[in-house]
Amino acid sequence: MTATSITDTDEKAFTETIAKDQRVEPRDWMPEGYRRTMIRQIAQHAHSEIIGMQPEGEWITRAPSLRRKAILLAKVQDEAGHGLYLYSAAETLGADRGDLTRRLIEGRQKYSSIFNYPTLSFADVGVIGWLVDGAAICNQVPLCRSSYGPYARAMIRICKEESFHQRQGYELLMTMMRGTPAQREMVQDAVNRWWWPSLMMFGPPDDQSPNSAQSMAWKIKRHSNDELRQRFVDMSVPQAEALGVTLPDPELRWNDERGHWDFGPIDWSELKRVISGDGPCNALRIENRRRADEEGAWVREAAAAHARRRQEAGA
Amino acid sequence: MTDEIKHEWPLFEVFVRAKRGLNHVHVGSLRAADHEMALHHARDLYTRRNEGVSIWVVRSDDVASSSPEEKEAFFAPSGDKVYRHPTYYSIPDSVPHI
Repeated sequence: MTATSITDTDEKAFTETIAKDQRVEPRDWMPEGYRRTMIRQIAQHAHSEIIGMQPEGEWITRAPSLRRKAILLAKVQDEAGHGLYLYSAAETLGADRGDLTRRLIEGRQKYSSIFNYPTLSFADVGVIGWLVDGAAICNQVPLCRSSYGPYARAMIRICKEESFHQRQGYELLMTMMRGTPAQREMVQDAVNRWWWPSLMMFGPPDDQSPNSAQSMAWKIKRHSNDELRQRFVDMSVPQAEALGVTLPDPELRWNDERGHWDFGPIDWSELKRVISGDGPCNALRIENRRRADEEGAWVREAAAAHARRRQEAGA
Repeated sequence: MTDEIKHEWPLFEVFVRAKRGLNHVHVGSLRAADHEMALHHARDLYTRRNEGVSIWVVRSDDVASSSPEEKEAFFAPSGDKVYRHPTYYSIPDSVPHI
């Protein structure tokens, strides 16, 4: 990109594109703040998909049947795919994916705090599919209409695949609920541990979310954090009932006036703690990512050298 | 830093033909050491659920593109040639099949 001076026409074209609900495309002029916000959001999202392979990946070798193993492998492979769609979108903004990975490893860019919790039993695989992927779907469906074209298109692909993720999780839990009392207990225990962190996935409450207003104005975001969180609670309550589990919130009750489920206060100090690096698995997740990057370096170098040699031989 | 850039795989744009009878459509990009690897990666990344019957990969460096700044000048010539459209010609309603 050449450093052309910003003209009124550039700015006007951008504002009009947003106002008309059209998409901003890679080579269009855009405000620096918009570009920065987009890169940060897409990178953070990509990192979440990549780190998100770890909690469930741990169960691939211990899946209880070949069917469950095949499903879990496909799911974890999808997470890798989602990460790559998103890095691809970030590169259209001039970001470099190698650089983004370095930023993740060095802790200069974040990923979703949900992946800093451990997966203690196989029921966690089901609950992640049901609740964590369910919350992700709530967040991501509106992003399919996000103002940045490549991001919106990546989200459309991702949402199509997330639906498989959520359904396999719920089906896994239904199977366990039909099992022994010990299996039902495992499911309830996993629900107890994942429910509140899932609600935190929507981010801080609206009055404490500093970037939200600008993102809404740029139509990067379409709904507020609290709106999406409420939507998720309303969706999950009947699903929990059908499954036969209790959501761990004594204040959860239907509010006829609002037409929504009321729920208890969220412990925001926990979210802050986990985001700032003090969750149960933060260090492990980053260490695994660093090791994968370092141990894969020779493969990347060898492939590049091989390609170079073949090109020279062919030329 | 320069060392790392040297080893970095180039970017490829990926186009997928969803089924026979349709054009290849751009679906995204990926990194690969060469064209052969790019095709394999494209298959794994963009066609995990029978989304395609054929794939093209093109080095992103090799794509020439019109620039948004020149949009006016570039596309304007077609703007005032309304006679290129069938609706420009008025034909009486009584004439069939035209």
